[in-house]
Amino acid sequence: MSSKSYIRRPNRTLQIYAAIFLIVLYVPVLFLPLFSFNDSIYVKFPLSGFTTQWYVELFHREPVWAALMNSVKVGVTTSLIATGFGVFAAKAITRYRIPGRGPLVGFIMLPLVVPGIIFGVALLVLLSQLGIPLSLYTVTIGHVIVCLPFSIATLIPRFEGFDRSIEEASADLGENAWWTFWRVTFPMVFPGILASLLLTFTVSFDEFIMAFFLSGTDPTLPMYIWGQLRFPKEFPSILAMASIILVVSFILVFIGQWINRDAQAKTLANEDKK
Amino acid sequence: MSGERVTSANSGLSKPSGTGRLSGLLQRSEAARGISLLSPTLLIMIIGVAIPFGILVVMSFWTQVGFGFDTSLTLANYQNFGERPIYGALLTRSLWMSGAATVATVLLCYPMAYFVAFHIHRNKMIWIVLITLPFWTSYLLRVFAWKVVLGYEGVINSALMTLGLIKTPLEFLLYSQSAVVITLAHAWAAFAILPMYVSLEKIDKSLLEAATDLGDGPVWRFFRITLPLSLPGVISASLLIFIPTTGDYITPALLGGPDGAMIGNLIQKQFGAINNWPMGATLSIILMLSIATIALVFMFVTNFVRKRIS
Repeated sequence: MSSKSYIRRPNRTLQIYAAIFLIVLYVPVLFLPLFSFNDSIYVKFPLSGFTTQWYVELFHREPVWAALMNSVKVGVTTSLIATGFGVFAAKAITRYRIPGRGPLVGFIMLPLVVPGIIFGVALLVLLSQLGIPLSLYTVTIGHVIVCLPFSIATLIPRFEGFDRSIEEASADLGENAWWTFWRVTFPMVFPGILASLLLTFTVSFDEFIMAFFLSGTDPTLPMYIWGQLRFPKEFPSILAMASIILVVSFILVFIGQWINRDAQAKTLANEDKK
Repeated sequence: MSGERVTSANSGLSKPSGTGRLSGLLQRSEAARGISLLSPTLLIMIIGVAIPFGILVVMSFWTQVGFGFDTSLTLANYQNFGERPIYGALLTRSLWMSGAATVATVLLCYPMAYFVAFHIHRNKMIWIVLITLPFWTSYLLRVFAWKVVLGYEGVINSALMTLGLIKTPLEFLLYSQSAVVITLAHAWAAFAILPMYVSLEKIDKSLLEAATDLGDGPVWRFFRITLPLSLPGVISASLLIFIPTTGDYITPALLGGPDGAMIGNLIQKQFGAINNWPMGATLSIILMLSIATIALVFMFVTNFVRKRIS
């Protein structure tokens, strides 16, 4: 018993460390909403007073709405394509013996690791050689590439998490592959699909570096913010915009992770057994 | 009709059984079905990654002439890289800065991963979600937040001045290499924790009990059991931070100033203001090659060390 207790014993130092870690992780970001309600165009202490004027001003700005709509369009399209392809890819990776599976998966997961600037300039070079003008479509292509690994990584635990004999039973009972997918596989992996849609939408909505190289005259929201960063007097309204975006992103990601938590927990537990 | 349905479904879903040609056929068709499901993803990765990268490699052997390209293949850009020290200096600085950020992140995140793996017994998922949440949200805005914190009249400086601890703002906070390193470490922390957590979680707890029973104290137990067994997680975390941060553009652009500029900024300039795309392509290729070399050497060395330990 005593041999077990030292592991179970709470470690005061580590607890304090964990608390500080979380605070440091979140506090820098929390300064954005704090100063967005500050009644001064200077971002500094002491706070001078409470105001919502920066939010009101934002509401009346035409370019912000246009950029927002661009980002939503790109984000929705990206999340649908990435998740659609991701479902097939995750099924292929978990269900079939594919020759050269390891290298193939590694290749697909590359965008998680390789600096975004490399993909951005490489795609830019290809598009310019083909004479394709930059637009929201080219941004969408870039975002699909960035989002696919996230989608697949979210979906794989879902496919691993349920018994494949259920699919076999459906096939044995006379359903063809397509109906088996719709009536058995799809409902089982649905939480993963929802999570993938939410997560890839957020990643696309917040993505900057691909948009930086691949967008034409229509800016996405992060591109618009980037453009405004040059003007110190625009700081408060950027703070307001950033606060809204961060709150929405946090909520979307939290819901996405929460829907998919049992699958994730299962993979982490499975890792335990290996 | 229905018979056909059953066989077509079976060929894909049942495990290959039997011998000879039948199993060969089933196996092949299983592989074929797998590949066909994977093909949309592979296609977009080939169009969006492999082909562009190939063209980037080719372009790095071109040269810029006025507003066009001289498409005869030369090593001029690579020669240029060797001759002008500014390029090499920026590359080395980038590698050093992301190296520093990587070491800082791994050292700071390891105890946190350890804490969640060994000391949290209920609601682990909440902790994991809480830690990884910021990673999914806007990188640009998280970097921007650090600009607000470290700025000349930012949170730290104005707070210290209000408290009367300093008279004039600390200038070294913003537009410096340390600002970039701090921000990179903070921005990638969420990403670093996961692989370390997974490998710590995998450790068989009975090994720790055995070590204690055989007389190891907590410190020895950590260095002889926990740390070596969690090394794979530490290695993948290091690579997962080092590789992408070396080519980072946003952080040095917003917080680096002239002292903290990195190779990513120079690559962007080649495609923007300087308008020498072939040189930009060359710099991208050199960046990729140096990252790959360092990653391989790192993996080789850590593998060697691991074998020596065990």
